[in-house]
Amino acid sequence: MKKPNDVILHSVTKAAVVIILTFSIDLFFAGHHDPGGGFIGGLGFASALTLLLLAFDIEWVRENIPIDFKVVTASGVLIAVLTGLGSVVFDAPFLSQTFDYFNLPIFGKTELATAVIFDFGVALAVIGTAVTIILSIAEDR
Amino acid sequence: MNWLPIMILIPFIFAIFVPLIYKLLTPRIHTGWFVLFVPLTLFIYLLRYIPAIAKGKTIHNTVPWIPSAGINYTTYLDGLGLIFGLLITGVGALVILYSIYYMSKHREALHNFYVYLLLFMGAMLGLVFSDNILVLYVFWELTSISSFLLIAYWSQRKKSRQGALKSMLITIFGGLAMLAGFIMLSMMTNTYSIREMITQVDIMTANSLFLPAMILILIGAFTKSAQFPFSTWLPDAMEAPTPISAYLHSATMVKAGIYLVARFTPVFGGSSEWFWIVSGVGMITLLYGSVNAVKQTDLKALLAYSTISQLGLIMSLLGLGSAAMYFGHGDESTMYAVAVLAAIFHLINHSTFKGSLFMVVGIIDHETGTRDIRKLGGLMHLMPISFTLTIIGSFSMAGLPPFNGFLSKELFFTGVLQAAHLNVFNMETFGMLFPVIAWVASVFTFIYCMILVFKTFTGKYQPKRLEKEAHEAPIGMLIPPIILASLVIAIFFFPNVVSKYLLQPAVVAILPDFAQNGGAHVQISAWHGWNTELFMTIGVVALGVFMFIFLKKWIRIYGIFPQALTLDHLYNQGIEKIESISYRLTNRYMTGSIRDYLVYIFTFMILMLGGAIWLLNGISFDSSNDAPINMYEGGLVAGMVIAACTVLFSKSRMTSLIAVGALGYLVSMLFVIFRAPDLALTQLVVETVTTALFLLCFYHLPELSKNIGRMRFKATNLIVSIGVGMVVTIMALSANGTRLFEPISSYFEDSYELAGAKNIVNAILVDFRGFDTMLEISVLCIAGLGVYTLIKLRLTGRDKE
Repeated sequence: MKKPNDVILHSVTKAAVVIILTFSIDLFFAGHHDPGGGFIGGLGFASALTLLLLAFDIEWVRENIPIDFKVVTASGVLIAVLTGLGSVVFDAPFLSQTFDYFNLPIFGKTELATAVIFDFGVALAVIGTAVTIILSIAEDR
Repeated sequence: MNWLPIMILIPFIFAIFVPLIYKLLTPRIHTGWFVLFVPLTLFIYLLRYIPAIAKGKTIHNTVPWIPSAGINYTTYLDGLGLIFGLLITGVGALVILYSIYYMSKHREALHNFYVYLLLFMGAMLGLVFSDNILVLYVFWELTSISSFLLIAYWSQRKKSRQGALKSMLITIFGGLAMLAGFIMLSMMTNTYSIREMITQVDIMTANSLFLPAMILILIGAFTKSAQFPFSTWLPDAMEAPTPISAYLHSATMVKAGIYLVARFTPVFGGSSEWFWIVSGVGMITLLYGSVNAVKQTDLKALLAYSTISQLGLIMSLLGLGSAAMYFGHGDESTMYAVAVLAAIFHLINHSTFKGSLFMVVGIIDHETGTRDIRKLGGLMHLMPISFTLTIIGSFSMAGLPPFNGFLSKELFFTGVLQAAHLNVFNMETFGMLFPVIAWVASVFTFIYCMILVFKTFTGKYQPKRLEKEAHEAPIGMLIPPIILASLVIAIFFFPNVVSKYLLQPAVVAILPDFAQNGGAHVQISAWHGWNTELFMTIGVVALGVFMFIFLKKWIRIYGIFPQALTLDHLYNQGIEKIESISYRLTNRYMTGSIRDYLVYIFTFMILMLGGAIWLLNGISFDSSNDAPINMYEGGLVAGMVIAACTVLFSKSRMTSLIAVGALGYLVSMLFVIFRAPDLALTQLVVETVTTALFLLCFYHLPELSKNIGRMRFKATNLIVSIGVGMVVTIMALSANGTRLFEPISSYFEDSYELAGAKNIVNAILVDFRGFDTMLEISVLCIAGLGVYTLIKLRLTGRDKE
């Protein structure tokens, strides 16, 4: 099945995956003010992993990223629900989000919003689901 | 303190303890001895009320059940209820005594038997003493259920199960019709109490629901009382143990319908519909039952048809008596009140002689092993007591002196003769039919009574054809019929005691107009002069004897009547037809093919949505607010149309797949033009993923079923798909053309102040409407796990094989 010599593919993949991952993380963080967000960021992240799967072996990817992606999905949903419950602790309705501006050492005046944590949950759920489906199908021989 | 509501519940409470007694004491003591105590107590308790009720008092008591809905457990004791209560408990006690000797304590499941019987007894008592119609309905259905259980007591027999099923279907059908009638009544009068309804009769007669409610309630009464054409369940119910037949199918349950008609006479009586339906159906039933009873060869079947016929007699008398309501109070109405009196009188008489006859037939069955008339004969010397009892019962049923049946039959003839002179309700035309039918039916009644006595007890004794050697029954089995038979004679000699203490209060209860004037005083006398009624009776006896002697000559006439027209056959055919038609109908449209179901769903959608929009004039196009179309949009839409058509007309699946992908990317381009960057990004990635998944599916298609070629053309599909497209388009355009209010999007435009986010879409997704997103990622999670489990589970399954 596997071709013996994929040097170009491997080299390009190694460079591209870093770029795609960076771009996905950027999309994720940009979501608050610019196009992007948890969903598309998560999908981008998953596509980087898919590229790794295509270029290398499944076993190889499994060894280097020893994560059960079902757990990733579950923790994503859990984070999303917990952010909702967090607002209940502060006597606000379920899933109330809040934001404020802080002066951080390096970034200067920065906006921090609880919605980002929720979005992080969304991203994790998307990554987990996409990779779980792809891995399940790929392993089905 | 009035104990009546609790007394009614005693059978139910005692039924709980019956299995315990059975488990502890069988086979030392027969369980029936303990059960016997229940109806006896109740009977004595009810006897105490006779003097008070005879003076015109009524007793009622309310226990709240569902007070917020106006449904209360209201018991009401008046003359009518008391008669039924005494019959239920009195005959009940005798039947239980009889069953102690009839049912073996070694072989039978007695705990079941007595639990069902007590359930039935309690339900019957509740039925006759309930004033609230919904409570009455509850008890009514309880009698249906418990009688179903009792008929199928020997459930290992096929015929028992069939008979039980048939009676269940018919009586429950009637019960439900009755419930609908009751609900209509409560809608008209705004009360559930029968006593309160009687005070509102004037309002009801003007209401358009009056007639439907009447007919529905009558259907309930007719099914329960085995009136024509619902009588077909009663002969089949004879598969029950004989004590049950004696109790349910002669004395109590079949009279529930009579009770209902009597109870509602003050409400509906006085209208011509009620008069004609009740008396007409009663007359037909009377004739039908008596004619059919003659040809039966099974003793219990003969008694079943005779019960049908006698119930028809009582029913027709109640119908005729309702004419008294029409006339109000006066001499004329007193004439018709006699009919009501006769109905109640015959009801009591019928319970006594029919109960004893059933018990005697049970004895014959028990001691000889058969109930077939053709095998029996010559038992007169072997079973002298049973013979005497049969004579008393049968001659009373035939209407001969000196038995109580004579008196009520004379009163019956009085009733029909007076009905013939009635000049309301079109009776001038048809009035003469009543005495004629009554007389003919009486002749047949006489014949089958003679068959019952003489074919069984006289003639030649045929010991070889019997399963056992015939001998007289044990005394315990004979006591109950002896008590009933002595009542038969006692009532003949002292009818006015019964009349004064039981019949008059009941007539007052049925015809409340008489209550003010102290009730109708009718002297029942055995000898009432040489009048028409007596000559009619003499004629019945003369013709009856003549026809009985020449029975063999003319009995063959019954063979001429086609089997295909019997009610039984019609019922069986009906059930079979309903089953086969519904089977075929369901098979016709439940094809199992998803394509057909989709056609139904889409057709329904077209008809409903298209029809609604068309009928309600919802089509409106308004293009004034529309944005101008520019070149890019036009080009993209043209590309999308081409891609969509390619999907439809391509020859290979791969082309279709690529075309679908192209369509998806063009949509994302459309998002770009409509300035939705988040959507465009997501659409691009998701389209790529789905295309990849489709490719995966096609790669794995099995070689054989790979259907390469153009989609086949089907006219239905074309019409349905064009219809759906058109309806959806029209709806979208109409919705766009109708703007009811301003959109709320201006609120979200302040998202930076409200949520600190400049990306409105994202702010909506995670902040304003975060709940939806939370559930959507749950959907994703479930989908992922679903794919995982589907694939992994299949793998483990394969390993096992």
